[in-house]
Amino acid sequence: MLTVEELSNKLSLEKISGLENMDNVISGVYIGDLLSWVMANIKPGNIWITIQTNINVVAVAVLGEAACIIIAEDAEIDESTIMKSNEEGIPILRSSLSAYELAIEINKVSNGSI
Amino acid sequence: MEDVRKIKVKYMVEKDDFMRAGQASSNIKKILKKLGLDSQILRRVAIATYEAEMNIIIHSEGGFIELEIHPDKIRINVEDNGPGIKDIDLAMKAGYSTAPNKIRELGFGAGMGLPNIKRCCDEFNIKSSLGEYTRLELLIYNK
Repeated sequence: MLTVEELSNKLSLEKISGLENMDNVISGVYIGDLLSWVMANIKPGNIWITIQTNINVVAVAVLGEAACIIIAEDAEIDESTIMKSNEEGIPILRSSLSAYELAIEINKVSNGSI
Repeated sequence: MEDVRKIKVKYMVEKDDFMRAGQASSNIKKILKKLGLDSQILRRVAIATYEAEMNIIIHSEGGFIELEIHPDKIRINVEDNGPGIKDIDLAMKAGYSTAPNKIRELGFGAGMGLPNIKRCCDEFNIKSSLGEYTRLELLIYNK
């Protein structure tokens, strides 16, 4: 079992917002930037890695019951997105790594168990 | 006779209101979750209402989403105030979209909205009149 908090610490992710739910348990990873596509395919408990940072990512994460959102490649995050994620309690984390590199690191730290 | 056991809620959705986008579908999901609906049903309702909500915001002059919860099914009525869809068959085709670039940059306009809605529903009915309205009648069985 891996929580968002543990993952975040292991990968030294930048903790942005929605931090009250850092104990969300992670199961699986989903990568995508097309919101409809993500909405249709993300599974509850997934980490969602994206470079989309507008406010609408929060609604997709809430409805898709993502464990957290990781913004890849240090993309700049809208202030409204940060506020919304605090309101909805969806953790947003950020990394300088690409989505691919993040996926590899997540697989390493979880020993392929998520 | 009208079924007295049904619950009905209605959400108005404004044109171009990206700041509140997803609000109606989130509220609908919360209500159904409280009622203890199966998570697969919840997921299908959430996807269908989210896509419908985004369609109103992106493509229409505003409209509403109405949810009716019956003991055996969920009915979702969506209606907007136009401009209507010229070619419904084309709009139903996965990947076809009329969304402008500005919208695509936000991650929308994949042309998956209507196909996603249809996939999530047991019954799907779409009617549109150019310059007037687009109306969706969706049914998801609770069995």
